[in-house]
Amino acid sequence: MLYLKMAWRNIWRNKRRTLITMASIVMAVVLSAVMSSMQEGQYDQMIDNTVGSFTGHIQIQQAEYKDEPNLDHSLRINEVLFRQVEETAGVKAVVPRIDSYALAGGLHKTKAAMIAGIDIEAEKHLSEPDQKVISGRYFNSNSEHAVLISAGLADYLNVQTGDSLVLISSGFHGVSAADLIPIKGVLKFGIPDMNNGMVYMPLQTAQEFFGAYNRVTALAVMAQDAKGIHEVAQRLSSQLPDDYKVYGWQELMPELIQAIEADRGSGQIILMVLYMVVGFGILGTVLMMTAERKFEFGVLLSIGTSRFVIGLTLILEMATITILGTISGIIASLPFIYYFNINPMEFTGQAAAAIEEYGMEPFIRFSTDPSIIINQAMIVLVITLLISIYPLIHTKRINPVEAMRH
Amino acid sequence: MSIIQVRNISKIYNKEHIPVRALNGIDLDINKGEFTAIVGPSGSGKTTLLNIIGGLDTPTEGSVNIHGTDMFSLKDRKLIDFRLHHIGFVFQAYNLIPVLTALENVMFILQMQGRPHKECVARGMELLKQVGLEDKVDKRPSELSGGQQQRVAVARALASKPDFVLADEPTANLDSKSTSDLLDMMLQLNELGETTFIFSTHDQRVVDRAKRVLTLVDGEIETDEVR
Repeated sequence: MLYLKMAWRNIWRNKRRTLITMASIVMAVVLSAVMSSMQEGQYDQMIDNTVGSFTGHIQIQQAEYKDEPNLDHSLRINEVLFRQVEETAGVKAVVPRIDSYALAGGLHKTKAAMIAGIDIEAEKHLSEPDQKVISGRYFNSNSEHAVLISAGLADYLNVQTGDSLVLISSGFHGVSAADLIPIKGVLKFGIPDMNNGMVYMPLQTAQEFFGAYNRVTALAVMAQDAKGIHEVAQRLSSQLPDDYKVYGWQELMPELIQAIEADRGSGQIILMVLYMVVGFGILGTVLMMTAERKFEFGVLLSIGTSRFVIGLTLILEMATITILGTISGIIASLPFIYYFNINPMEFTGQAAAAIEEYGMEPFIRFSTDPSIIINQAMIVLVITLLISIYPLIHTKRINPVEAMRH
Repeated sequence: MSIIQVRNISKIYNKEHIPVRALNGIDLDINKGEFTAIVGPSGSGKTTLLNIIGGLDTPTEGSVNIHGTDMFSLKDRKLIDFRLHHIGFVFQAYNLIPVLTALENVMFILQMQGRPHKECVARGMELLKQVGLEDKVDKRPSELSGGQQQRVAVARALASKPDFVLADEPTANLDSKSTSDLLDMMLQLNELGETTFIFSTHDQRVVDRAKRVLTLVDGEIETDEVR
């Protein structure tokens, strides 16, 4: 109690210095928390945009499909299996899909395209094709004999709504798949790869085309909470037969994880620079505190105060300043983070166009995950406390007679 | 009975370059209850001798025994603890802890010794009363005059009932009235409580009231007068 009292009074002996030190800690916490919140918000958005628009949070596939993604490794589904997956706790929607490739042809040109056989209602939860129709109309039923073609592919093949598309492929167990099928509409995708080579087909029509009756290549699952994907995947995995494999989106899209990690790494370098700037600022305060009180430490040592107690008092002083600064920093960062969570930071002009080009929405919604703010505050706290070890080392070396000559 | 035995103490500063001999073979015994002044011109070694007796500085040669303990055989931590329990210090510039009140400054030593809070408060109040500052217990050093601060310093030095009090030029920064009051008080504490005081001084008023006067010249005891 005595040491705390001394520490508290000592920090207010030089109010201006204490306030400047505290302000630098507040700034560090605010900057690092806001920056991390923006970065993590961006990653959440990247995941939502990519995972939420095509892959799904989880996919159920036949065991060999991941290594050999062809129709021979498709799943046979039935109502019971479908319901079982749908009724698993944490599952928001189940989207069956049959994906394969075909040679798509117009009058004069052909191009390889990805064929996505979709459940026309369930797919609205995932890639929302109904929202991407730029000409023509969306499907009416799962057995409708029609396709929706991506805008880039339509341009390349020089076809449009109302024309017919030639599709030639190899179906289930090598069956020949060929059809001349009407184009019901054109879809515009943000992701260039999808926009240049995508054909959507109603599920039953696709199954018939590939000769894969009652089969799908994957059941895409959307979880109710994106943070609970792992648990949902585990639940599904435990209740499905062994020849069904359950993958989280992280396993399906490792390149997205790598991109996020690479970006996070560069963000961490910036944060490190920030921590260093703040760290040196705090070190300056500690050095001044110890240097200008050398005489006082000499007196304290003379009258029998242990070096540990002197060091402890200094650590308590720094800890008090740091804790006050950190708490203030947390409080100060909250309005920024919540403001930009409710009103995302919007991009306009070319920047917006560039982001949209990659199928992402042109704004950044800050993450309000409390662990981001707490982590940043803890890092600043730990840095300060590490710097505060200096007084302990310093007091070890004090010679009372020399100190009192100052 | 001697409580301090100083044997053949020498102190040479700057030994490697141009050696300066501050003390040269000092032998000295201080008995319990003495009121001893160490006098001498500047540079004669008064402060160095006090620092060595107080365990703040180490001699180049010789030993200091306090109640049979060879001070310089103690490790740093033990030596600090020894000072805490056996020696009281009064400095020329008072050197109170600026963020603590008069009472807290006196209690500080006792709290360092781990005494119960109640005991610390009682002893602190008792000492401040003895030095005539019972109405200043809540004042911080900056709110006290030089004389009052030095009284608090004396009270702090006596808090743990040390074997002796070392005072380095305790009146150097005080006016005549404060010097006289402080000397009265120290003498009273010496006579009533048999507290041993050893102080260095230039001040003739202090020398006049000392019961034993050691005169140091060039690091050696020139005279040792017991009155």
